[in-house]
Amino acid sequence: MLPRRVAADVLLTMQVARWEHFPHGADIGVRGYGATREQAFEQAAVALSAVITEPAGISAGGMVRISCQAPDDELLLVDWLNALLYEMATRRWLFARYEVHISGEVLTARAWGEALDSARHRPAVEVKGATYTALRVAQEADGSWIAQCVVDV
Amino acid sequence: MDISLFSRHSEYAWEIAPHGAMRVPALIYADETLIRDMDLKVYEQVCNVAMLPGIVQASYAMPDAHWGYGFPIGGVAAFDASDGGVVSAGGVGFDISCGVRCLLTGLQADTVMAVQKRLADSLYRDIPAGLGSSGTIHLDSASMNAMLLGGAQWAVQQGYGCDADLERTEERGRMAGARPGCVSDHAKRRQRDEMGTLGSGNHYLEVQKVVQVFDAGAAQAMGLRENEVVVSIHCGSRGLGHQIGTEFLKRMVIAAAQYGITLPDRELACAPIDSPIGEEYLGAMRAGINCALANRQILTHLVRDVFARVLPEAELTLLYDVSHNTCKVEQHVVAGEPRTLHVHRKGATRAFGPGHADLPAAFRATGQPVLIGGSMGTASYVLAGTSAGEALSWSSACHGAGRAMSRHQAHKTWHGRQVIDELAARGILIRSPSGRGVAEEAPGAYKDVAAVVDAADAAGLARKVARLEPLVCVKG
Repeated sequence: MLPRRVAADVLLTMQVARWEHFPHGADIGVRGYGATREQAFEQAAVALSAVITEPAGISAGGMVRISCQAPDDELLLVDWLNALLYEMATRRWLFARYEVHISGEVLTARAWGEALDSARHRPAVEVKGATYTALRVAQEADGSWIAQCVVDV
Repeated sequence: MDISLFSRHSEYAWEIAPHGAMRVPALIYADETLIRDMDLKVYEQVCNVAMLPGIVQASYAMPDAHWGYGFPIGGVAAFDASDGGVVSAGGVGFDISCGVRCLLTGLQADTVMAVQKRLADSLYRDIPAGLGSSGTIHLDSASMNAMLLGGAQWAVQQGYGCDADLERTEERGRMAGARPGCVSDHAKRRQRDEMGTLGSGNHYLEVQKVVQVFDAGAAQAMGLRENEVVVSIHCGSRGLGHQIGTEFLKRMVIAAAQYGITLPDRELACAPIDSPIGEEYLGAMRAGINCALANRQILTHLVRDVFARVLPEAELTLLYDVSHNTCKVEQHVVAGEPRTLHVHRKGATRAFGPGHADLPAAFRATGQPVLIGGSMGTASYVLAGTSAGEALSWSSACHGAGRAMSRHQAHKTWHGRQVIDELAARGILIRSPSGRGVAEEAPGAYKDVAAVVDAADAAGLARKVARLEPLVCVKG
């Protein structure tokens, strides 16, 4: 059995960690919630995957390491999502799951996914880039984190 | 929007007087219905652009304006380098030199409809479309740089098309001043396998029928005849343009602060035109323009190959190729004086009037062809640039219908299969790898393109020449 404090953290994580899309004029917004800033970044990345295809349909068999750097949390979120878009475009992969660490201005991450299979994944769109529109990384009053921006498709 | 926000300049011109940090007025061209339906964000964005250093005369928005990134989509603004003017990566956008080209086939609609399904299937099979599709061309470092310098001229030299195509392309197919050395390795890496691919989102390849001619003289000069078939291609600079846009947006956010430029919105990231980063961006952006021109030229070649098999009697000639996400150096007259300006068009088409020296001889009398893409179920239009457009909007016009509904809402409203079936019942064949992508691009998610074009015509930005309706649409 887990120590009580850890169990509470796990419970909080399960309740808080989630993602959603939000509307934007011509495009779409990605939003991640998490118990930590890192988790909100991970969830925002799942929301990015979900713009393209159903995340549950992506196998997490392969792993890619990603790092990026930016002077503040919001620019770092955009850089993180753009780094993923670069990996997706050049490897022709899709990602299902993410693990993010942030230390100062530097983000390091692992992303698990597989090669794109157009017939199986039926990708809806190609995302051109993460933008500074509706860009927000913040800790809410209850201590949870939100990370969001609009992506250009 | 509430029309009391504007002073009505004329029936189709709505002015916002300078206020706050605005250096010049803002002007939106639209009819009353379009202006009432426009998002308030367009008002905010067209005003924000008016705050940028060195902006000349006014910040403009076209009748299809909608909420964009920094600039509204449909935004036009000119800057003077000698007056501290800026160049903005946000003012060009992520898809550098996205544009439309239209090919004449000389075929009657009946001839095409007799093989409609075979043509649709062949185009879908041979034109790489959608996420993850690769072209058959793979560029090494030397050929990448040659492509970025040469644009469509490079593509023709490689055997994709003919010299006559270049005559009918803006900049004769090659944007001068491109600097491949200013394009990052990441941007080049993204493009290595993407030449001759359509992309996704609102990009498409359509076989269309000329259903109505409004201006017989201009239509004749352009080779457009009722009931004949044309092919339109809408796409841009693919991964390379997206990566250049992404990288310079971030660098210009940081640079703007260093140059003491207050950005009303980070998406308006910009730098002085004659600054090192401004010049570097212009060099990279022009390389991006060449990438888009080369890409559309290669796609043209692929389309010709398909027609040669399915309809060998067709001879596909290029009507014209326009770009609608650019920053170009142009001469314009300001208060009676000629000036050299950096004109940003974000989701707006250059629309030179009759007599302009940059037009091919065939269009000197009619004005530049302006190709307006609609949605896949409605219509597209061909317009011609006017003399009046010079004073109204730096010779610029609208570029498409403009979205009326978010992708999110469209996805919840329609199913791809339903959209495809309904269009098939109307004789329009859709081919796409993604049902959801089709739902997000459903015709109902767009504004009424006819209203947009009528407003552009009535405002004097460009005049209507012909209306085109789709027979086959390949969506990425």
